[in-house]
Amino acid sequence: MALSQNEVLAGLAEIVNEETGIATEAVQLEKSFTDDLDIDSISMMTIVVNAEDKFGVKIPDEEVKNLITVGDAVNFIVAAQ
Amino acid sequence: MSTKIVITGIGATTPLGGDARSTWQALLAGESGISTLEQEWIARYEIPVTFAGQAKVKATDVLTPQEAKRLDPSSQFALIAAREAWADAGSPDVEPERLAVEFATGIGGVWTLLDAYDTLKEKGPRRVMPMTVPMLMPNGPAAAIGMEISARGGVRTAVSACASSTEAIANALNRLLTGEVDIVVAGGSEAAIHPMPIAAFASMHALSKRNDDPTKASRPYDVDRDGFVMGEGGGALVIETEAHAKARGAKIYAELVGGAVTSDAYHITAPDPEGSGAARAVLAALKQADAKLEDVIHINAHATSTPVGDIAEYNALRRVFGDHLDKVAISATKSSTGHLLGGAGAIEAIFTILALNERTAPPTINLDSQDPEIPLDVVTSPRKLPDGPLLAMSNSFGFGGHNAVIVFRSYEG
Repeated sequence: MALSQNEVLAGLAEIVNEETGIATEAVQLEKSFTDDLDIDSISMMTIVVNAEDKFGVKIPDEEVKNLITVGDAVNFIVAAQ
Repeated sequence: MSTKIVITGIGATTPLGGDARSTWQALLAGESGISTLEQEWIARYEIPVTFAGQAKVKATDVLTPQEAKRLDPSSQFALIAAREAWADAGSPDVEPERLAVEFATGIGGVWTLLDAYDTLKEKGPRRVMPMTVPMLMPNGPAAAIGMEISARGGVRTAVSACASSTEAIANALNRLLTGEVDIVVAGGSEAAIHPMPIAAFASMHALSKRNDDPTKASRPYDVDRDGFVMGEGGGALVIETEAHAKARGAKIYAELVGGAVTSDAYHITAPDPEGSGAARAVLAALKQADAKLEDVIHINAHATSTPVGDIAEYNALRRVFGDHLDKVAISATKSSTGHLLGGAGAIEAIFTILALNERTAPPTINLDSQDPEIPLDVVTSPRKLPDGPLLAMSNSFGFGGHNAVIVFRSYEG
């Protein structure tokens, strides 16, 4: 069964927290990974790979650069399920 | 040597303790840091050696989860030791371009390398994490320290097996003497208590097999020694010019007066039985120290507890020191700590410095019946060293025929 936007956000927030220590509450849809959450490219790739594992989706490398905000990532994952 | 180079900070995490001071206290108390490995992989792979010197305090209990996640265990130990040493030196405010790191390892990020290979085989290349390369590279520990303290004067890694961190300290001395930098964090770490390195060292019959009595397994110079015991952890020193240390009012533990590196070109793993390469290293380090043989009163020996290695080192020392060797207090501290490979020289440098600073040579444990072929004055309970200026030496030798020797002098102001 496909997960809802909120469920994906909660799951993604856990992945971000595990990688960076950023509080899960701070991982909100409108936040930018780089500008707001200060996530570097290495952490971003780790988050992407862990998200692929967790949600059973493929996130192509060329798509990653379009995932500016947490919302972008959540929407991509929801659509890809 | 006109420019004096001094030690102003020490830090360590070892099988005896989570910091330099508790390690030293446990060493003086004659404790063993060796214990049976309870990890499930011992049984799974039927590893023939079932004990080692595991870090007394887990690195993951000290670092934040995010720090631990991005560092191989070898770098975790390095960062813990370096932070302690840096704080012990007073967290000096220094010019980053005049601050360097010389931090060694023997094997490097073996956990990261092999875990990543398992991941590749089981889950494919996509699951090999992007931090894998910086975590597995042997300069990872040095780089982690360099980032932590903003060292911009050069971050380097000596890799010479079990001589690595003594070589790193010798390199630090020479960088300071050239005047390129004012202050260096130097040392080494190792985290190789992993089934593959244990299997490999066991396969070459280098390890003790005393599985039923781990605390007695590391027994340098004893007739019943049967190999070394692997240990893990790290040690770090803050080393600087005396002028730099004095200008900032730092406390000074000891002087670093000599450091030399030679090589045997004899055999890839066996020591030269004549010990000529080791002897040349001792002589070169003493020459740099502008010291006489008779000035040396204490040696922290390499003494890993292998049948041939202990004798080869003895032969080298006898060649160099002659009759004076009988007056030198010898400590073989691997009897307590096990052998930290690329971290060994660093923690033994700390022991040598503290021996001078506190005028106490640390004990060698498990010497029940001294090998008659190794007539040395081995310290078996803490021994008071005399007053006045003293010289002490620490030796490290590594597979590949590497010999490294460093010499310290008590600091008399």
